[in-house]
Amino acid sequence: MSADVTVKRDVIGSDFGPQLVQGSGLDERDGGPELVQLLTPEGERLEHPSFSFGEGLSADEEAEKIRGFYRDMVLTRRIDVEATALQRHGELGIWAQLLGQEAAQIGSGRALRTQDYVFPTYREHGVAWCRGVDPLRLLGLFRGVDQGSWDPNENNFGLYTIVIGAQTLHATGYAMGVQRDGAVGTGDPERDAAVVAYFGDGASSQGDVNEAFIFAASYNAPVVFFCQNNQWAISEPIERQSRIPLYQRALGFGFPGVRVDGNDVLATYAVTQAALERARDGQGPTFVEAYTYRMGAHTTTDDPTRYRLSSDVEHWKLKDPIQRVKVYLTRNGLMDQDFADSVDAEAEELGEKLRDGCRAMPDPHILDVFDKVFAEQTEELASQKAGYSDYLDTFEPEHAGEGRAGAETASGGAR
Amino acid sequence: MTKMTLAKSLNAGLRKAMEDDPKVLIMGEDVGKLGGVFRITDGLQKDFGEDRVIDSPLAESGIIGTAVGLAMRGYRPVCEIQFDGFVYPAYDQIVSQVAKLHFRSQGKVPMPMVIRIPFGGGIGAVEHHSESPEAQFAHTPGLKVVACSNPVDGYWMIQQAIAHDDPVIFLEPKRQYHADKAEIDEAATPDPLFASRVVRAGEDLTLLSYGPMVKVCLASAEAAATENRSIEVIDLRTLSPLDMGPVLDSVRRTGRAIVAHEAHTNLGMGAELAARITEECFYSLEAPVIRVGGFDTPYPPARVEEEWLPDLDRVMDAVDRSFAF
Repeated sequence: MSADVTVKRDVIGSDFGPQLVQGSGLDERDGGPELVQLLTPEGERLEHPSFSFGEGLSADEEAEKIRGFYRDMVLTRRIDVEATALQRHGELGIWAQLLGQEAAQIGSGRALRTQDYVFPTYREHGVAWCRGVDPLRLLGLFRGVDQGSWDPNENNFGLYTIVIGAQTLHATGYAMGVQRDGAVGTGDPERDAAVVAYFGDGASSQGDVNEAFIFAASYNAPVVFFCQNNQWAISEPIERQSRIPLYQRALGFGFPGVRVDGNDVLATYAVTQAALERARDGQGPTFVEAYTYRMGAHTTTDDPTRYRLSSDVEHWKLKDPIQRVKVYLTRNGLMDQDFADSVDAEAEELGEKLRDGCRAMPDPHILDVFDKVFAEQTEELASQKAGYSDYLDTFEPEHAGEGRAGAETASGGAR
Repeated sequence: MTKMTLAKSLNAGLRKAMEDDPKVLIMGEDVGKLGGVFRITDGLQKDFGEDRVIDSPLAESGIIGTAVGLAMRGYRPVCEIQFDGFVYPAYDQIVSQVAKLHFRSQGKVPMPMVIRIPFGGGIGAVEHHSESPEAQFAHTPGLKVVACSNPVDGYWMIQQAIAHDDPVIFLEPKRQYHADKAEIDEAATPDPLFASRVVRAGEDLTLLSYGPMVKVCLASAEAAATENRSIEVIDLRTLSPLDMGPVLDSVRRTGRAIVAHEAHTNLGMGAELAARITEECFYSLEAPVIRVGGFDTPYPPARVEEEWLPDLDRVMDAVDRSFAF
């Protein structure tokens, strides 16, 4: 038995080979000693033996990049706040909030190259932003007018996936396709591609996620498993999902895992970039556990006061991902008031665009639901559509004709 | 022209599809070196390589889930589920992802995928190796479901399913794999994939079936002929969508219909066919549509499966009941 087991934690299974440390002690609340951090909550830069931010960049370029992160995070938070408000006003049926996870998403999202591909959950609004998906398009699913209206292949950003963990297999399969296309390990930065599967701590319990790990390891697929451990799967704490820090699971599957401060955009960027590079280079999958906290509710229908302490939330408020970047930039004279104001103005503009755009979204028409079930329409569905259209025609003339097949009117007559 | 069993014809069809389109991949458990437990993929990995004929880890959800990703990348995965009873771990990926992605994305994410499932009983296997889950998939919008019954259809239908742009559940009657041989004419023009076919013409009663029961139904029609009953047998071939044209034409002429399948009778394909026939040709019917199927029990131990499975006598009994009206 090795003697250098981390102290102050319960050791389990010590008579049965490798020693495991049990998570969730008080020191775990802050991520434990393994946490990769490059920017402290107080806005101080740190060095790390394995990961660094800004290598190869001039001081100006580095500051520019960090200001970009700041802007991304502020705008992402604005999307989240605005969408939450739209839900409160009845414009959205539900919204899945990302408050507190901005750094995890922007750091990882900005590490991507154009040819990389993302398979998100339903909370990756910040990653969508990085991929260039119009934030208005994210709202459609939550408003109930579509089920994801963006073209995944336009921005290499898959549709939001609600069945927990299912997308990790899609990501792995896509990565297997990348391998077969010879787009791994060629050394051509324009060609080599990686795939990122986003998921959460709750999903880590799903069979699909574990199967994805096995497939990815077995085929050495160029995929990064990016887990935002936000500590809560609706009401269930991370302790219900795992007895060990999640990143340590990777080793059991045969690939490296790393825990990064998910509220530190610089560390998240650096770690993700390294993991992506491994993947593109043909070195296979990596598990990145972005250790963060869901500051908001699971969704707008959730009430976290029923299951967690406000003192926990207060504790994590001090680790705010945006605040620490702002402190760093301001204290070091890398951001002036004009820049901060311009970002705020941009956020205002974005908010207004979302409000107006959301309200203007047309409802889908019932007769349209028949059309895209298949690539090749069946006679059965065509007949059901025609039958329902005929049924609508039996209503009074002032309603009949509304929304018939081919008609332009947006609202159905038979409601 | 070559004489082949169903197993060989499927193998030949898969080989042809892989030759025709480099994007076609085969994946599943033991499909590589072993050639599949039924040898349907025999020799394909040797000829097309491990990148195109992929031995997967033992995880059905993983097979289908990664196939979704491969399809999104532009490949056409042909997944083998080793036995019908092992499809359920993949059921979530099939129903929630494969079946819905085209709809959810409004056509931006096509799912050209074939999921091959050896189905049905009669091989003396242990539990979970003899099931008929077709209704579960036919009930799922977004999937197409077909069943072949003979070597000629096996050869053509597998190629057509692979070339089709929607996900196809492809059911293969495992007890027919090595049973009969038939001439395959590779130069012939096949029937469309989603078309039912009259396989024996008749005047007095329409017998509808698919997969392993087609052979039983043809034998039943032969037996009935000795009693001067002329039975028309239709091999449905496609279960979703149903091709009701030939079915309704036939029943309007005969006035009597029986649906025979191995699957549990309750809410099976027979129930849907009975409902549609009743809706469409109520005034032509001389008797209610009768279902002959497996009992509503789990598939039984092998030593009683021959009694559990509908056979010629049970079909003939249904014929008698129909004519008794």
